[in-house]
Amino acid sequence: MASIPFEHALLLASVLFALGLVALLIRRNLIVMLMSVEIMLNAAGLAFIAAGSRWGQPDGQVMFLLVLTLAAAEVGVGLGLVLQIYRRYKTLDVDRLSEMQG
Amino acid sequence: MELTLFYLSALVAIAATFMVVIQCNTVHALLYLIVSLLASGFIFYLLGAFFAAVLEVIIYAGAIIVLFVFVVMMLNLGSKTIEQEKQWLCPGIWHGPAALCAILFAELLVTLMRSGAHEAGRIVESKTLGIALFGPYLLAVETASMLLLAGLVGAYHLGRPLRSGS
Amino acid sequence: MLNLLWLVPFMPLAGFLILTASEGRLPRAYVPWIGAGSVGLSAALAASLAFELLALAPEARVFRQTLWHWMAAGDFGVDFAFYLDALSLNMLLVVTGVGFLIHVYSAGYMADDPSMARFFAYMNLFVFAMLILVLADNLPLLYLGWEGVGLCSYLLIGFWYEKPENGYAARKAFVVTRVGDTAMALGLFLMFSQLGTLDIQEAMARASTQWPAGSALPTAAALLLLGGAVGKSAQLPLQVWLPDAMAGPTPISALIHAATMVTAGVYLIARTHALFALAPEVQTLVAAIGAITLLMSGFSALTQTDIKRILAYSTISQIGYMFLALGVGAWSAAIFHLTTHAFFKALLFLGAGAVILSLHHEQDIFRMGGLRRSLPLVFWTFIVGLAALVALPFTSGYYSKHEILLSAYGSGAAGPWLWAAGTAGAILTGLYSTRLLLVAFFGTERTQAHSHYGSNIGVPLVVLAILSLAGGLAKLPLFPALPETGTEETGGSIGLATTAAPFLGVAIGYLVYRTGTASAEALLQLPGAETLRRLWFSGWGMDWVYDRLFVFPFIALARLNKGDAVDRLYQGIVALTRLGHCMLVPTQTGQLRRYAAGMLFGAALILALGVWS
Repeated sequence: MASIPFEHALLLASVLFALGLVALLIRRNLIVMLMSVEIMLNAAGLAFIAAGSRWGQPDGQVMFLLVLTLAAAEVGVGLGLVLQIYRRYKTLDVDRLSEMQG
Repeated sequence: MELTLFYLSALVAIAATFMVVIQCNTVHALLYLIVSLLASGFIFYLLGAFFAAVLEVIIYAGAIIVLFVFVVMMLNLGSKTIEQEKQWLCPGIWHGPAALCAILFAELLVTLMRSGAHEAGRIVESKTLGIALFGPYLLAVETASMLLLAGLVGAYHLGRPLRSGS
Repeated sequence: MLNLLWLVPFMPLAGFLILTASEGRLPRAYVPWIGAGSVGLSAALAASLAFELLALAPEARVFRQTLWHWMAAGDFGVDFAFYLDALSLNMLLVVTGVGFLIHVYSAGYMADDPSMARFFAYMNLFVFAMLILVLADNLPLLYLGWEGVGLCSYLLIGFWYEKPENGYAARKAFVVTRVGDTAMALGLFLMFSQLGTLDIQEAMARASTQWPAGSALPTAAALLLLGGAVGKSAQLPLQVWLPDAMAGPTPISALIHAATMVTAGVYLIARTHALFALAPEVQTLVAAIGAITLLMSGFSALTQTDIKRILAYSTISQIGYMFLALGVGAWSAAIFHLTTHAFFKALLFLGAGAVILSLHHEQDIFRMGGLRRSLPLVFWTFIVGLAALVALPFTSGYYSKHEILLSAYGSGAAGPWLWAAGTAGAILTGLYSTRLLLVAFFGTERTQAHSHYGSNIGVPLVVLAILSLAGGLAKLPLFPALPETGTEETGGSIGLATTAAPFLGVAIGYLVYRTGTASAEALLQLPGAETLRRLWFSGWGMDWVYDRLFVFPFIALARLNKGDAVDRLYQGIVALTRLGHCMLVPTQTGQLRRYAAGMLFGAALILALGVWS
């Protein structure tokens, strides 16, 4: 395989991460927020893969696998919560779910 | 050739992700997300992580996004929601989060620039990955499996219909 | 027979236990019999012991009885042991003898009191503790008795506890003597740590061989013991409690605050005289304390109007004489005066008690008057008591006081000064005694007296009067328990002056209070006289000074601490935490996106630290 600049891969990961972060902050829909978390996790995974590829070691991919597992579990639980929240409050507006304020 | 493909797919990934961010229709956003994830998977392939590329397509773009689609379908969010989303996404709320994220991004960039130029794209065979997974990372794999089990049980518990009266 | 020594203190203890255990159930008629009877048996036993002991040769007059092992810890062991020699025998006879008479008197005095059983129980406990004190073979046992009599003194001063001022007087007595007791306890610690024993005779023997005379250790030990002695014996500077202690029933004043307990300090110094002989400076201090105290309280007695307070100041003054004697090394003279003082002061207090009883608890002498006719028995016995107090020739007080003053005169450079103070005190004694007699017993009758006392009040008065008169002849030989102090012959003029001093006082008193040649009212018109009278009346303002020095600062501290000043610090920590909590609560908005923004901000901050460091 041809060599790809390592920094550019990391740069791509940063851009994706920042975009996910922006989405997390500006969207009020819970489902979209979960999606943005997925984007961020994916960006992190990309960084791991790039690093593993940079050194030619399997560890990067192992870490990606773990991130993947985490994402899967998080989505499972998170979407279950979204369902419950929608049933209770008939809305997905995260700003209206502020019962936990001190 | 690969370099061109890398930049191209990177561009696709960024553009698709950007669309996710600004898309008001949840289903459309999901579709953009799939595109973004597929592009990432292709980049994994270009970086020589074949196994990870396959998993990205199957699990991320397949299983996880399908979950999202199911949920969106169950909730049956209509056009009213899209209107609402449009209201929520008024330009004013961009400034703060965007500025913060820009700062963070700038910091990441600075960190990246310091490291100097390196080549990536060394192929890692699936065999070595398997050996690593079930060798030194065995405990991590077991923990991850437990995490999945916990996620399964949690999702099952949370997904049950509400009891009457509560 | 000497083996029965242990019965002497334990008889009153048995009386105390019976009276305490049966409080309220025993018929009232039996209470005095048990209370006085137990002390009476002790007195009889003590008398027979005295005959047996005095029959021995002077050198063999020592008897030691170990009852049981009291406590043991490592090298430290204390026996519950009694030590009987001439000195403790003398005290034994005084305590049981005078104590028995006062108990008999109390049976009449307290006959109408509802809690008579409690009274006799305390009295018996007191006699027990006092006997432990005088018989103790070691210092811890002596201390046990010492604290025991302090406790009984407290209980009996506050016997009529319904009146708050009595409780106050009791607390004052307890606290003030406790100051001295603390010093004494420290003295005991010092002696044990340095001499390795607390056995009195052994400690004295070791002190004489191990400690050079005048060195720091015996001086410190003697000073600390002196602290205990001045507290118990109401000497300067701890004398303030005794006048207030007159709040107790009059027999208590007679027994505890005149005859026995207050002389415990004298006994202690006499008992440890070997130690004081090693510390000449402290001995001089003892003499000085005695001289100053006897003068100060003599002046105070002049101005009092309460008959019991006059006698209280007189007691302080007479104990001052004893301290003077101890200070000049006239040990046996001090003990002799202790004995005669026990007789005549008990007589005076009991007589005062009879007067008070007849006048329905009137204690102001200026509202008495004319008692000569209505209470003849009290009048004549009172005169005998006063004569002994004033030390008119051929009364018991004359012999003891004369011996003290002559010893003081011949005691070195400071001797004449001490003698002069003592003689001036004798003039004062004559003066205030005459005042008391003339105001209370002569003149017009100002309060109707009802002499309704029975024989159990009259008989002790008569017996004590006889003892006050003749007690001077029955001087116990105290050698070798106390070293012999040969009173060297002094010039006849000194002896004459000593003898004449009381007459001078009596004469002045007669002129002022009887013939009116120079009436008290006229004297008070002199410039500054009223101020002086107030100063003397308040006991030289010692209470005022102590209030300012100790009581008020303590109360202020207590008031300051009432709100738990130290707790403020911990409350401050709580308040600080709460303040921080209140400041942080608004950040808990429940807005998920704000939390995310917060995390982002933090991440940016930490990363920035990494980038620009």
